[in-house]
Amino acid sequence: MTLPEAPAPGLQRAGARLPIDEYSRRLWQRRWFVVAYSSASNSVGYEGNFLGQAWQLLTPLFNILVYYLIFGLLLHTNQGVQNYIAYLSIGVFVFGFSTSALITGARSITGNLGLVRTLQFPRAVLPISTTLVALVRLVYSLAVLFPIVVISGEPVTWHWLELVPALALQSLFCLGLAFIVARLGARIPDMTEILPFFARLWMYTSGVMYSVAVFTHGRPGWITNILTLNPGYVYLQLARNALLTGNPITINTWLIAIGWAFGLLAVSYLYFWRGEEEYGNV
Amino acid sequence: MSDQPGQSPDPGELPTVEPETREQTVVVDDVHLTYRIIGGSRRGGAPAAFRRIVLREAAPGQRSVLAVRGVSFSAYRGEAIGLIGPNGSGKSTLLRAVAGLMAPSQGVVWTRGQASLLGVSAAMMGAMSGEQNITLGCLAIGMTPAEIAEQYDSICDFAGIGDFVHMPMNTYSSGMGARLRFAIAAARTPDILLIDEALATGDAQFRRRSEKRILELREQAGTVFLVSHGLAIIRESCTRAIWLEAGKIVLDGDANAVVDAYEDRHDRGSRTAAPAKTQARS
Repeated sequence: MTLPEAPAPGLQRAGARLPIDEYSRRLWQRRWFVVAYSSASNSVGYEGNFLGQAWQLLTPLFNILVYYLIFGLLLHTNQGVQNYIAYLSIGVFVFGFSTSALITGARSITGNLGLVRTLQFPRAVLPISTTLVALVRLVYSLAVLFPIVVISGEPVTWHWLELVPALALQSLFCLGLAFIVARLGARIPDMTEILPFFARLWMYTSGVMYSVAVFTHGRPGWITNILTLNPGYVYLQLARNALLTGNPITINTWLIAIGWAFGLLAVSYLYFWRGEEEYGNV
Repeated sequence: MSDQPGQSPDPGELPTVEPETREQTVVVDDVHLTYRIIGGSRRGGAPAAFRRIVLREAAPGQRSVLAVRGVSFSAYRGEAIGLIGPNGSGKSTLLRAVAGLMAPSQGVVWTRGQASLLGVSAAMMGAMSGEQNITLGCLAIGMTPAEIAEQYDSICDFAGIGDFVHMPMNTYSSGMGARLRFAIAAARTPDILLIDEALATGDAQFRRRSEKRILELREQAGTVFLVSHGLAIIRESCTRAIWLEAGKIVLDGDANAVVDAYEDRHDRGSRTAAPAKTQARS
């Protein structure tokens, strides 16, 4: 695309996409807005209920009860897992972060059209903000998760600290997902209908409520390979290794997690930035 | 209304410039703006949609609406330009393109510095207190936390909502909400100020104050655009007017002359509604 020349010096094309370094600098300048907007939209989400912010803790608690009832007590997918309730809880909460980042990310532009149509700011603010909300909700659910893990008989060890880098890497990966689906969702509104199905499929193939080791036993090697490269499963394994005994991982798991996090984030940030001029025309 | 309406800015503030040396601040060059409309008129529901997919027919629901069709003009430093025209003539859409929020489907908008729409309502949340919304709104228009701390008191004073600032915004009367929104939006002076019907809110006393603030902003900002159906306001506060009809310019020139012509076409018989000032001029 050839751009016309400015009719006079000092004039810039309105709405022109900034070079990536300048764009990133402006994005950094908006960091306080990202934080304020995320925390506001997070707390507003539960306003208007009698129990208000208590739902930040009640929602994950009820979630885990339902999953335990169905998968642990009715379907018995707990074969080969030592501490099933803790294994399942980590699965539900940590994987839930990935799916909610995916689904809210797809709506980050279309759900904030009012902002996009009145104010000028790097649009990357919006998927970052939805991902941050998902992360904050995960952190709240840890307040439910830690007691479950301890009561179910796991010792508190220094290994727990590994949860910090594990969730940090997962957050970068989730942000990458959000950047991609935000642009796709702005272009194809039907994305919001398709993604929940994808999220469910992804959940059932990521070992959230069953042991992948038991499942792959006696099956061809390529199935194991795909499952162990699946980022949804990789980040679960890191979290389980940190909190549970008997879930050893290798250095490869960390390397795959790092690769997914930085690789996807770099690619998706460029992809989202390239669409910057489209978002106002949605 | 305020002192010396409709005249060029105070000679002490801005030197009067010859037309040849006037500095262009906005150049709109053959701009076309199109909205993509999805859905809306699709008929026949799901079976018909499925049939279209099977037969690979184009979905009739995907249409585009031409809001602005080939508009060109230049704006200069010190001008206040009123955009007038019936509903749906493309006034607000044109402002969005000048603000760089919407990309033209054809043509280019050039600006000197950043053009900003006056308005923050999209960033504000009813469940949050006025106080929190001041922070949120100011961050949304690009202010830093230090600037907000500095201006917080003057925003509160200007909004004049007293202790309601500690209450959630959805407890406000519509006038109070409008006052707070205007106070926040007007806290920062952009290079090019775009106002869309902002004067049509609040009670009479506040309206006078906001008009005064707009005059101040106009003197600080290089150029002001004002979209309003209040023709008296256009006469009073604009030096120039552009009359749009069905996305095209009908007339562009001195505010009084353009408004006179517009009234001749549209308001024949309802002239009596115009204030005394207008009649004295003609």
